Amino acid sequence: MSNKFKKILVLGSGALKIGEAGEFDYSGSQAIKALREENIKVILINPNIATYQTSKDLADEVYFLPVSDYFVEKVIQKEKPDAALLSFGGQTALNCGFSLARRGIFKKYGVEILGTPIEAIGLTEDREKFAKHLKKIGVPVPSSGAATSVSAAKEVAEKIGFPLMVRAAFALGGQKSGVAYNGAELEKIVSGALALSPQVLIEKYLHHFKEIEYEVVRDRYGNTVTVCNMENLDPLGIHTGDSIVVAPSQTLNNAEYHGLREASIKIVESLKIVGECNVQFALNPKPVNGKLDYFVIEVNARLSRSSALASKATGYPLAYVAAKLALGKSLLQIKNKITKITQSFFEPSLDYIVVKMPRWDLQKFKGAVEEIGSAMKSVGEVMAIGRSFEEALQKAVRMQTGAIEGVTDNGFESVAETKKFLRIPTPRRVFAVAESMRSGMSVREIHKITGIDPWFLYRIQNIVEVEIRFRRQGRGRRGKNLSREFLIELKQVGFSDKKIGKLCGRTEFEIRNLRKKLKILPSVFNIDTLAGEFPAETNYLYLTYHGSHHDALPLGKKGILVLGSGPYHIGSSVEFDWSAVNVALALRKYGRKSIIINCNPETVSTDYDMSDRLYFENISFETVADIYEFENPGGVIISVGGQRPNNLAEKIFREGFHILGTQAKNIDRAEDRNKFSALLDKLFIRQPVWQSFTHMTEAEEFAEKEGYPILVRPSYVLSGSAMRVCYNRLQLLDFIKKAAVLSPEYPVTISKYIENAKELEFDAVAQNGELIVYGISEHVENAGVHSGDATIVYPSQRVYASTEFQLRRISKKIARELNITGPFNIQFLVKDNHPYVIEVNLRASRTFPFLSKAMNVNFPEVVVQSFFGLAKKHLFAYPKSVLVKSPQFSFARLLGADPILRVEMSSTGEVAAFGDDYDEAILKSIFSAHKFDFKNKNVLLSLGGDLNKAKFIETGRLLENLGYKIFATDHTAEFLRNQKIVCTKVFKAYQGSPSALLVIDRRQIAFVVNLSRAEGDRKRTERPGSAATDGFRIRRAAVDKELPLFTDLHLARAFIKALGSYGLQGLKIKSYKEYLGEE
Amino acid sequence: MKNKTAKLILKDGSEYEARSFGVRKSVAGEVVFATGMVGYPEMLTDPSFRGQILVLTYPLVGNYGVPKKENWESDKIQVSGLIVSSYIDTPSHHMSVMTLEKWFKDQGVPLLEIKDTRLLTQKLRQEGVMLGKISVGENNIKFKDPNLRNLVVDVSTKEVLSFGEGKKTIVIIDCGEKKNIISRLLLRGLKVMVVPWDSDVSKFDFPFDGVLISNGPGDPKMAKKTIDNVKKIIKKNIPTLGICLGNQILALALGGTTYKLKFGHRSQNQPVVEHDTKKCYLTTQNHGFAVKKIPKGFKEWFYNANDGTNEGIIHESKPFMSVQFHPEASPGPLDTDFVFDFFLRKAGLLKYKKNEQ
Repeated sequence: MSNKFKKILVLGSGALKIGEAGEFDYSGSQAIKALREENIKVILINPNIATYQTSKDLADEVYFLPVSDYFVEKVIQKEKPDAALLSFGGQTALNCGFSLARRGIFKKYGVEILGTPIEAIGLTEDREKFAKHLKKIGVPVPSSGAATSVSAAKEVAEKIGFPLMVRAAFALGGQKSGVAYNGAELEKIVSGALALSPQVLIEKYLHHFKEIEYEVVRDRYGNTVTVCNMENLDPLGIHTGDSIVVAPSQTLNNAEYHGLREASIKIVESLKIVGECNVQFALNPKPVNGKLDYFVIEVNARLSRSSALASKATGYPLAYVAAKLALGKSLLQIKNKITKITQSFFEPSLDYIVVKMPRWDLQKFKGAVEEIGSAMKSVGEVMAIGRSFEEALQKAVRMQTGAIEGVTDNGFESVAETKKFLRIPTPRRVFAVAESMRSGMSVREIHKITGIDPWFLYRIQNIVEVEIRFRRQGRGRRGKNLSREFLIELKQVGFSDKKIGKLCGRTEFEIRNLRKKLKILPSVFNIDTLAGEFPAETNYLYLTYHGSHHDALPLGKKGILVLGSGPYHIGSSVEFDWSAVNVALALRKYGRKSIIINCNPETVSTDYDMSDRLYFENISFETVADIYEFENPGGVIISVGGQRPNNLAEKIFREGFHILGTQAKNIDRAEDRNKFSALLDKLFIRQPVWQSFTHMTEAEEFAEKEGYPILVRPSYVLSGSAMRVCYNRLQLLDFIKKAAVLSPEYPVTISKYIENAKELEFDAVAQNGELIVYGISEHVENAGVHSGDATIVYPSQRVYASTEFQLRRISKKIARELNITGPFNIQFLVKDNHPYVIEVNLRASRTFPFLSKAMNVNFPEVVVQSFFGLAKKHLFAYPKSVLVKSPQFSFARLLGADPILRVEMSSTGEVAAFGDDYDEAILKSIFSAHKFDFKNKNVLLSLGGDLNKAKFIETGRLLENLGYKIFATDHTAEFLRNQKIVCTKVFKAYQGSPSALLVIDRRQIAFVVNLSRAEGDRKRTERPGSAATDGFRIRRAAVDKELPLFTDLHLARAFIKALGSYGLQGLKIKSYKEYLGEE
Repeated sequence: MKNKTAKLILKDGSEYEARSFGVRKSVAGEVVFATGMVGYPEMLTDPSFRGQILVLTYPLVGNYGVPKKENWESDKIQVSGLIVSSYIDTPSHHMSVMTLEKWFKDQGVPLLEIKDTRLLTQKLRQEGVMLGKISVGENNIKFKDPNLRNLVVDVSTKEVLSFGEGKKTIVIIDCGEKKNIISRLLLRGLKVMVVPWDSDVSKFDFPFDGVLISNGPGDPKMAKKTIDNVKKIIKKNIPTLGICLGNQILALALGGTTYKLKFGHRSQNQPVVEHDTKKCYLTTQNHGFAVKKIPKGFKEWFYNANDGTNEGIIHESKPFMSVQFHPEASPGPLDTDFVFDFFLRKAGLLKYKKNEQ
């Protein structure tokens, strides 16, 4: 079949955010590969710079532009594609494509929409129409109604009766939805949802029903398969993105499994889906008449997080197949990529069980509500594979944060606390289940409270009971009487060496040695999509203690282990996957075989064709060591997956494994604050004054002597969790007491906090201590905003050449001193042209993909060269364009969280855009992270503190000149008027009309600038996030209404200045290659 | 725990340590594997598994217990023994009336837990199905090839049974049929007569409108009497549908040939393609033999998308047809339920829908 399409447009999903994360890098990348195989030119629009899909060599042209109507139309105008794929970039791409289609844009330019017909997508997105459609084809939906106002919602509620589920139409990941048990709750949820969406759907809440999903694939000839079904451990009511999910379903019998399968096929057939579709069901666990009793609760006619999970869980490359189907191929024409013998018309049969566990970071958001429900809050997920549920669940628990050893590991302090966490669904519920069992609560009772199917509870009980038995037996004997049989049993129910050690007073290493002596080693099993019926040709592997053979042979010295990042979370995201993937690909170029270890199903690195071998396993010492000893590879790379693999340096080194790149002892010299500080002193490099403390009195003395403000933090942390700037003694005392531990075991580090300093990033690769390639990028915000939350520009715009010279000199010294081979990153603070080193990371940093793309140098490939001594010095070429990276926040999804920039990171993703100059780049970048209405010429200013006000005068005038009508809160308004800037005064809260909250609520303004009073002005221990402050209310209202919010003076000024330089039409539509000057 | 050990011994001499549940008994049979992830009660009661020791590749078995007898595919466990990776003794399901272990104990069938069922599966895949035995204690029994005898005798009804009140009647020649075949026909308002495997249907004195040759265990050539009887039926132009073993018997009766597959098809995800339309369906299959030569006057109806083996034959003009897969599912996907309608329409027993023909 020859292809009638020559050029296809693919829409990406933009920045990672809650509800739309790395899974769309995976799906977009597979789609692009599938198209390229057919010799079709691919045009990609995606401003997510850290994705693999935006690599230079993947799509033919990449546009780092917002996925929004205006820009997509402009790209279509320019590129003239024949067709477009809309279902590979999540809800963002779908919404944009849907809007363009409705406005006739695709038709206008003769662009055919491939895959599922747009009408079908429209139908699935309109809840009321879709419910009617399902009823028509005989598929049950919960009785429901739609409403566009609170009063209409109440009428609907009367008809259906409480409890009710309320959802916003056209919203990502169940945003603003919730369960209402009474009128007051209904009103609250409905008004929240209507703020975001013109329509809400109200339906019967199905208490403790099971939640089951099917992933369905259909070709244009009507051939349909369900690739996978999945069961949520949590009953209905908790968003599937926030649920522990197992695949395949465990508690469904044949009639249920195939009954629901048939229903999902019926739906997909009725919609004439071409490609992938996800169907979610509510299933009655105790039907009155014993017959199948279910409802459809959601249908996603696109690739989704669930489809990424299904793809990784089964080995079926869903996105790849979906892209081929969109071109009009039949399922029979697409080869099974795993067996390479069979084809894609089949349903995978699993001979293992998969457990997905979400990763939440709710503690990273000040004020965020811990309870989970029908709106998604997790920021990432892990997937564990085992041959028993116990094995897979305990693996997943360990993968999730890296700090918890198993489901029986929990920090509940009292029975009351355990009970609370059992009753209220939170990220800690599964631990509360195990703890309740330990204290004797029955499966029946727990089932009644939680609604979790007894099958899962019995399995968790099995884990708890094995542990109790082991504790009893091992008491006081330090595991000396631990038999081989019992140790195998412990491993089969998923206990780690460390946990077993902890239970019997031994170290992880002692248990490991005992295990090796007893020849208890995990089996290496293959995921082959057909449960062993056909041999698999790809090497997609996992470890299990339920085996007595290996499916694979060791690769030996040619093999190189590459440790991935683990789950995405605040501070560790797709940028690390990008580095790991690029390193794996480069290894092949240098004749090595890459062996990736990762446990994150949302990644490209866990795709079947990115490495020679993939272990879907944890990034922990035990697992890495087991794999290392099995494979006997040429070495292991720990420096491209972020902090998690980097933290294993010492243990891996101690075990005698070969780490490629910088030596473990030098990694330690950079990570250990004392050693590193001494090193800087020795090299005469400036650093902020600091000291570690184990006693409060010493800490106070230090602070008094050096003067406030100070930065307080525990050592060895990533992304500033529990890091705080304190401006006075009261704040210090408050913080140490409430948020940190201060003890000889856990010293707290306090450093002098330098105010009004610039922050610069130095990213580089060195070889044997010699600098090979480097790039310097600049934070737009002053130091004090976490580097992950900062807006970053390359090349630097406001930095003296002499400063850059100093940075290079210092970095060379450090590289030489630590004899660095491989990637490293130095964070500098610059005050009065004096650079201070604040941190060195001997690993690829978050800015690696950003710099690689800006400089057109594949840093990870240089890293691989450096490992083999093959890297050659790069000459610095001054860039032809400017690249600006902006953070993406997900505050709107986190009830109660204060959307303000701090030393602690809270962004969930990032975007970047090129421009001919700084102003163009920053505008495009900000528009990529925020919806921005150019036509709306109103703005709200709320400038706290005299300094902020004074520094804003010029910008205020500019706004006025640009024709903006300025709304300003009381003091700000007074100040502006004194400066002869015209503005309308608004009350801060609802004290009077007009009020700041009202103009936000009504979306009268285009954006909000809310600058908090410099913290030094504060007298008391007032903290951001305390709901009482007016500033908090304004910020919260802005994010709830999805209005761009600026809380940093420098960023706000830069943005408004850029607004003065460019109108929307002035922003150039240039591809990545054009910006590099290659076309 | 000591008294709970048992062994699986394969003909090639390999031995596998096992934990024994169910009854402690030594049995011999043909060891086969099945890859379906649900439907163990249906599989275990499928008479086609007669004489076989079944290895399930899905590692957790027993999850939803055992339903009432009316939900089984025949009135007992048909496998000689069952091997699973992890037996789950804490079922949870509204249909469950007992644990899997109790069921096996009640029925006197061994249930073994061998952790590495994947190893067993790979061996059977590479070397083909193999004779084997479950050995308990010192009791040493001989290997026994179930395909050397006519297993159909064991599982077929001994008397004529009648179901339903429909005006039209289908006679099922019971070679070991699954109950759901009857259910699918009753659902279409037919009367169903189930007769023993060796009945000479052509001589029946009661009126009937079509014949269904059911599924069943073993080598089709062993059911010689059925093959001979089917010849007579076809000669009399009686509409006939064959399922699984019935497919092979129909082929053999009319001059086709059959052969033994290396490791058979035993799963719920077998892709078949309808030859003329190229439309694909997922099917449940459970067979170790297949049709090789298609009889004269017949053409290929379906073929297997994975290995190209025959999955059904159909007469070029007359209402004679058969499928190798199980349109009645149970367990497995319901995609090919239309086969019943297709047959009944061709046989004039069901009206065509408006836009069909």
